[in-house]
Amino acid sequence: MGEFKVHRVRFFDYMPAAIRAMAFNRRTERLALARADGALEIFNFADNYFQEKVIPGQDGRAVEALCWVGRRLFSAGLNGEITEYDLENLRPRYTVEAYGGPIWTISAVAYSLSGCVPCQVGCEDGTVKMFEVLEDRIQFQRNLDRQKGRIISLCWHPSASLIAAGMMDMIRIFDVETGRATHRLLVERGVGASKSKEVVVWSIAFLSDHTIISGDSAGKVQIWDGLTGTLARTHLVTKWDVLALSVSQDESSLVAGTSEGTVVQFQFLSSTLDGQNKDWVRTRTFKNHSHDVRALVHTETAVVSGGMDTQLVVRPLLDKVEKNTQESAMRKMAFPHRSLVCCAKKAGLLLFQFPDHLELWRLGESDGHGNPGDSLPVKRKPEKLIQLKRKGEDHICCSALSPCGGWLAYSTVTSFRLYRLQNNTISITKVSKLPKDLRSAHQLCFSTDSSRLFASSINSSVVVVALNQPECKYLHTLKPKSGSREPVHLLFASEDGKWLATANTACEVQVYNLDKIKLHCTVPVYGSCPTAIAIHPTSSNLVVVHADQQIFEYSLVQKEYTEWSRRLQKQGLHSLWLERDTPITHVTFNPKHPAHIILHDMFMFCVIDQSLPLPEAKTRLFNQMILRSLPEPMRILHRHAFKMCKTFQNLMCVRLLEDHSLVVVERPLLDIMSQLPAPVRQKRFAT
Amino acid sequence: MVEHGDIRVVHRGGSKINSREPVVTNDSRFLLCASGERVKVFSTSTEECVHDLRGHTDLVTGVLLRPTNHLQVYSCSVDGTVRLWDFTDGILIKVQLDYCSVCVTCSWLMFDIVCMCVCAELFQLVAVHLPQSGDQLVEAQELSAVLSNVSSNPAATGFGRGVRAPPLRSPNAPPGAITYPKTDSPHLLTTQRKGGKNTLMCIACHPKDDCIATGHEDGKIRLWRNFNHKKEYTYTTLHWHHNAVSSLRFTPEGTNLLSGGLESVLVQWRYNQESERDFLPRLGSAITHIAVSPDGTLFCTSHSDNKITIIQSCVKVSAVIQGLVNGESVRTDLMVDPRSKSLVLNGKPGHLQFYSLQRDKLLYNLDIVQQEYIHELGLQQFEVVKVAFDAPGNWMATVEERKPKAAEPEINLKLWAFDEQTQSFVLNTTVSAPHEAQITSMCFSQAADGQTSMLVSASEDGHFKAWQLPRSAYEGPSWSCDFVGDYRGLAPQCCCFSADGSLLAVSFQEVVTVWSPASWELLTTLSQPPKAIRDLCFGRLGCSKYLMGTTASNLLCCWNLLTCSLEWSTSMDVSLLLSDPLTENMAAFCCQAESTDLFVFKPSEPRPVASLKAVCSGKVTRAVFAPREEMLESCEESSQWLNRSQLYFLTQHMLFIDDSVAMTPFYLLLGKHRKQENQDSLTRLSAELMPLPRGSLAIKELLQSPAHVLPSTSVLCSMFVESLLVSVADGSEESKHAEEEMESEKEEEDSEGEMESRTPRPEPASPGLQSAESAAPALTKAQLKELRRVKKLDHGWLADLLLS
Repeated sequence: MGEFKVHRVRFFDYMPAAIRAMAFNRRTERLALARADGALEIFNFADNYFQEKVIPGQDGRAVEALCWVGRRLFSAGLNGEITEYDLENLRPRYTVEAYGGPIWTISAVAYSLSGCVPCQVGCEDGTVKMFEVLEDRIQFQRNLDRQKGRIISLCWHPSASLIAAGMMDMIRIFDVETGRATHRLLVERGVGASKSKEVVVWSIAFLSDHTIISGDSAGKVQIWDGLTGTLARTHLVTKWDVLALSVSQDESSLVAGTSEGTVVQFQFLSSTLDGQNKDWVRTRTFKNHSHDVRALVHTETAVVSGGMDTQLVVRPLLDKVEKNTQESAMRKMAFPHRSLVCCAKKAGLLLFQFPDHLELWRLGESDGHGNPGDSLPVKRKPEKLIQLKRKGEDHICCSALSPCGGWLAYSTVTSFRLYRLQNNTISITKVSKLPKDLRSAHQLCFSTDSSRLFASSINSSVVVVALNQPECKYLHTLKPKSGSREPVHLLFASEDGKWLATANTACEVQVYNLDKIKLHCTVPVYGSCPTAIAIHPTSSNLVVVHADQQIFEYSLVQKEYTEWSRRLQKQGLHSLWLERDTPITHVTFNPKHPAHIILHDMFMFCVIDQSLPLPEAKTRLFNQMILRSLPEPMRILHRHAFKMCKTFQNLMCVRLLEDHSLVVVERPLLDIMSQLPAPVRQKRFAT
Repeated sequence: MVEHGDIRVVHRGGSKINSREPVVTNDSRFLLCASGERVKVFSTSTEECVHDLRGHTDLVTGVLLRPTNHLQVYSCSVDGTVRLWDFTDGILIKVQLDYCSVCVTCSWLMFDIVCMCVCAELFQLVAVHLPQSGDQLVEAQELSAVLSNVSSNPAATGFGRGVRAPPLRSPNAPPGAITYPKTDSPHLLTTQRKGGKNTLMCIACHPKDDCIATGHEDGKIRLWRNFNHKKEYTYTTLHWHHNAVSSLRFTPEGTNLLSGGLESVLVQWRYNQESERDFLPRLGSAITHIAVSPDGTLFCTSHSDNKITIIQSCVKVSAVIQGLVNGESVRTDLMVDPRSKSLVLNGKPGHLQFYSLQRDKLLYNLDIVQQEYIHELGLQQFEVVKVAFDAPGNWMATVEERKPKAAEPEINLKLWAFDEQTQSFVLNTTVSAPHEAQITSMCFSQAADGQTSMLVSASEDGHFKAWQLPRSAYEGPSWSCDFVGDYRGLAPQCCCFSADGSLLAVSFQEVVTVWSPASWELLTTLSQPPKAIRDLCFGRLGCSKYLMGTTASNLLCCWNLLTCSLEWSTSMDVSLLLSDPLTENMAAFCCQAESTDLFVFKPSEPRPVASLKAVCSGKVTRAVFAPREEMLESCEESSQWLNRSQLYFLTQHMLFIDDSVAMTPFYLLLGKHRKQENQDSLTRLSAELMPLPRGSLAIKELLQSPAHVLPSTSVLCSMFVESLLVSVADGSEESKHAEEEMESEKEEEDSEGEMESRTPRPEPASPGLQSAESAAPALTKAQLKELRRVKKLDHGWLADLLLS
C-alpha cells in the first residue's frame, strides 16, 4: 500500500445548514431538500441516494415549503414569493410574488385529469391562494375565503375537491368549487402554562377516506373525521411540538416528527386479526436526530427525516424491506456528495469553499522522520492566506484553484470571477476582462499546467478559456453529441493536457481531445450516476466510479473497457465494498506506482493495486490488520487489490501532493454537532 | 381407626404464597393462591385464611378457576396430579392423574379441558385433555405437544383471545386450533436480541384485541400488533420501569394494562392512550405477579417479600396478606419472643418479623433500622443479623449490619425495652460500632432474679463485650459497656450463659473459656483440639453442670463443669445444637448424605432420648424450641421430650432442576404420643423402624447407626429377629405398602386434624352435620367430610395389614 506523509487537516470549518423542507417525487424517486440558507438539493433515491444536483442558495431566500408538480419543482418562502427551479441549469427559473405576506406552505394536487394543475399557497394574512400551473409559468387563479390568522399548513384531499388548512388554534376545510370553508375544527390548546398560547397546527394530512390528521405545537397528533368534523382520537406524542407529518402512499402508515428529534410512527391496523375495525395505533419511535425534525417523507420502504441537526436520515422500515440487506441499513447523510475542497498540488495550497466566502490555506511543513503511525513535529504551522468574500447575494456554487496556485476562480448562479494570486507576497487581483460566454459555471477545472480553465456551462457544454498573464481568452466550447441538457457535475483534465473528461447527471461520460478540440469518445452509459472520474497520467485510462460503487476503467486509446475492468465486472466487487453508504468523491493516481488508484469516501480511503488479484467474495475485505500479523511469505497469499484505511474519518478530501505526501481534510461530526444551537430540554431519567 | 403413634414431621406453613399469581374468584370475595403443597383460600376483605386445600404431595404450580363452574377450582402440582376443589367448602372433588412418568416443573392451567404443562427435560408446552368422567380418580391419557422450546418462566407464556380447546389429534400432530402459536414463535423473540438486555420477562395478551404485551429486562414494555403476518408485525414501546418488568396483566375489559417490577410501583397504562398512566407507589417490595379479578374491581399484586396486596380500583390498598418473609436467607437465628410466644426472625430488609406459629400468620414487623428503603438492584442495605431476648422478654437486643464493598462494615447494636402500654418494643439504646468487626454471637444472661440484665456480644475483632444497664438516677436507664474480654487475641465464636447466669462460656476457636460474670475473672479453660468449636450450649435444670459443644471435626463433647473435665464425647456431624429452655433436653441435627437426622438427648446420659432418621432432606441450619401453650401429659418415653415444647425447624427445600425454584417451606416437627398396639416398652427404635417395608433395610439401618445411639444388644437382637420375620411374610404386604403411600396423605391430614387442638380452620356451628360416629367433640365440619371421604375409600388392605 505504501507509506505516505499525511497532512491531517482539521481547520476546514464546514458547517452545513439546517434542513427546512423536503418533497418527494414518487414517480421519478427524487427527493428535493431545502436548507435554511436557501440551497436546494436533489437526491436520487433510485440511484443509491446520490446527491445529484445542488442549487446554491441566496441571501434572503428562506424556503418554507417545497412541492413537485410532475418534474417541476416549486418552492415558497417567507419572502412571499413562489419560485420555480430550472433543474437543468441549476438556478431559479422565475419568481412570482403572491401578495399575501410570508408564505408558510405550498401544496399541489397529486394528479390532475385536466392539463392545468392547480397549486395553492397558504399565506400569513390568512388567505389560501390558488395558482394554475401553466406550461412555462404559474398564474394566480383566485383566493379562497379569507380567514383570520395565518395559514400554516395545507393538504389537498386526493379527489381535489376539498382542502384542509391548518391555522392557529383550528383547522378549516375548504370546498374548492365554492371557495367556502365547510368545517371549522377547533384544536385544543396545551395544558398548564401553554394554555394561554395559541396552538399552531404545524402539519396536516388529508386522507382519501376523509380522515384528517393534524400535528400541532401542543405535541398532539389528532385524528379527525373530515366528513362530520369531529375529533376521533388524540395521541399525545411529545411535550413539545409536532412539526411534520407524512403519510405513506397506501395510507396505512403515518410518521410524525417532533421537536425532540423523534419520529413517531402510527399505523392503521385492525384490532383483531379478522376484524374490519381499523384504527390508527402508535407503533414505533425512531430517535435519529438530536434537534427538531422539520421535514419528513414517508417513502414506500423508509422514513426520510431531516431537521435542525443538518443530517438527512433514511430509516428503512424493517417490515417493508428484506432484513440484513443493503436496503435495510440506516443511512445518515451529513456531507455533500461533491468536493468542497480544492488542492493546488504543486503549491501545497488548499481552497475551502463556503456558501459565502472562500478560504485559502497554506499547508504546514515538517521535516521530521518517524515511524509509521507517529505524528511528526510541525516546523511551520498551516496559515490562512486569504479569505475572499463573495459579491452579490447569490451563494457560491463552485470554485477551483489552479495546480500552480496562481489562479483562483469561483462562480455563483449569476456571475463568474477569476483571480490572479501572487503567493509570495500574498496578493490577489481580480481578472477584470472575462469572456462573455463565461457567465456562470456548474463546475470548474484547471489544466495541469494552469494554462487552461474549463468551466461547465449550460446544456452539458464546457467552455475552455486560455489563461495568460494579463488576460484570459475564450478559446471554444465543447459540446456533447447526445444533445443532453443535464448539467455537467464532474470535470477532469488529464495530466498531459490532451484529454478532458466530463460527466453529467444523465450518467453520460464524454472524453474530449483537447488537441483536436473535438469529442473523442463517449463511454458507454451505465445506469448509475458517476461520482468521480480521473484519467491515468501514463496509460490514459479513464477510471469512472459510480454511485452504486461500481468501478470502470476505460481505455481512451482503444476506446473500450480495459482487461482489468472486464475482470472486475466478471468477478464482481466484494459485497462489503458495495454496502458502503457514501459515494467515492475523488479518484487520483500515485505517480510512483502506476498501478495504484487512490480513492476515498467519507469513512475511508482506499488504494486499489491493479497488479494484485481481486478479492474473492469470501475473503476479508479489510485485511490490513491480519496482513500485518502474518509472516512475509504468507502475506503474499492473502494480499488482494483493495487496501483500505479507516484511520481517518469524516473525510472531506484526500489529495496526493507532488511531493508524495497526502492531504487529508477531516471534519468530525462532533464538531458540527457542537456548533448547533441547544436542543429542546428533555427530561432524562435520574437527573 | 388405626392410630399411628410415632413422632412425625409436619409441614406447618410459612410457605411462599407468591410463587404463582393469585386467583380472584368471580364474586371477588376470595383469593386463591398456591402455597407450598396446599392451596390457600383467603378472604379478600378480612385477609383471613378461610380454607386450606390440602392434598397435593408436592409443590402446587398452578391454580385456575373452572370456567364452567365458578365455584370450583383446579390446581396442579409437581406431583403430577390435577385436582378439582370446591373452594367455598374446601373439599376435594376430583383427582386427575396426569402422566406421572414425566416430571412437571411448571404448569399452568388455562382451560376447562386443557391443561398446559412444561416438562422438566424438554420445556414443552403440552396440552392435556382432562377426561370428563364421574370417577374420583381419573387418569388423563391424551397428551399432545403444542410448542417445544418454551421458556421455563411461567410468566413468559400467555394465552390470547379466542383460544379454544383444540380438537386433539394424534399426539404428534400440532393442534391447529391454537390460534396464536406465534405467541412464542421465534420471529417475535429473535428479532429483538440485538440490544442484549431485552430478554423477554413476561407476556400478556389483550382479552379482546389481537395485541400482545411483552415485558423486557431493560424495563421496556412492547405492545405487538399485526403479528399474524410474517413481516408486517409491529410494536409500540412503552418505557417507564427502570428495571426488568416482572409482571404484566390486562384488565378484563382490555382498557388498561398493569405492569409491575422491582420499583414496587403498580403502573396502569391506558390501552391506546399510553402516554396517560396512573401509578400506585409504595407497595413495599418488588412486584412479582399481578392478578385482576374477573369483574376488574380488584387488583392483586404478589410481592417478593411473600405478600399479596389487594388493591381496589387501582387507588386504594384494601388488604395485605402477609406470609412469612423469608427473603433470601435467615440471618438471625430463629427466636421465640418470650411474651407473645411468636417466632422472631429477620424479615423485610431492616425489619424484624414476629410470626405467630399457631396461626401461621405474620403478627407484625418491627422496624429496626429505621431508614428509608431504596428499591434498587444490587444496593447494599442494612440488615438485621442478630437478635436476642432476655428470659422474661423485657429486653431485646438487635444487631444490624451493612457491608459495603471495599469498606468497613457498619454495625449498630440496639437495645429495645418492652413497653407495657403500647405492647411493643421501644428503642432504648443505640450503640454504633459496638465492635470493629462482625458480631458472631450475642446472648443475654439468663439470670434467675430478673433484676440485672447483662448482654454479651462476641465479635471477630477478638473481643467479647458485656453490656449492662446501670441504674442512673437521671435521664432514664441506658445500656453501657461493662467489660471487654479477650483471650490470646483469638476471635470468639460463640458465647453462652449458664442457666443461673453465674457462668459465661465463650469459645475461642478450639478453646472454651469459662468466666464469672460477677467478677469477670477467667475461671477455667476447656479445650478439645484439633478443630474449632462450632456450637456451645449449657445444660438446663438438672443438667446445668454440663456444657455441650460441637466442633468442626464432627465431635460432640460434654464437659462437666464441676470437675472441669470431659464427661463424654462422640463423633457425629452436628450441624445444629440447641437446648430446650424448659427441659433438660438438647436437640442435635446431624446432616448425613443429603438428609438430616435428629437426636434428642440429655447431657447427663449418653443415650439419646429420641432419634429420628431422615426428618427432612437437605441440611437444617435453623431450629427453635417453642414452648407449648399447655403441657401435654405423656408417659411415652420417646415423646416425653415434646411434652413441654415443640421443635420447629426451617429447611431449604431445593428442587433439583436447572432453574431451581427455591422453596423454603417451614416445617414443624411435632411429636405426638399415641397408643400403639404392637409397641412394647422398649421398642422405641422398632417403632421407628416399623414403617420400613423390608427387614434388610432395618439391618442396614442398624449397621449404619452410630453405636452410641443404639440400645443394648439384647434389644437389638430381638428386634433383628423380628425384622427378619417381617421380610419373610407374604408378598402381598409390599403392594399394600405401595397403596399406603398413595393414601397416606389423607391419613396424615386426618390424624393431624385430630391431634391439633388449635386448628386454623374456622368451626362453623352446624350441629346437624355432627354424626354419631364423631364422639370426639372437637371435630370440625371439614374433618367430618374428610372422615366420610376416607370411609368411602377402600380399607380392605388395612384389614389385611391388621390381620397380618
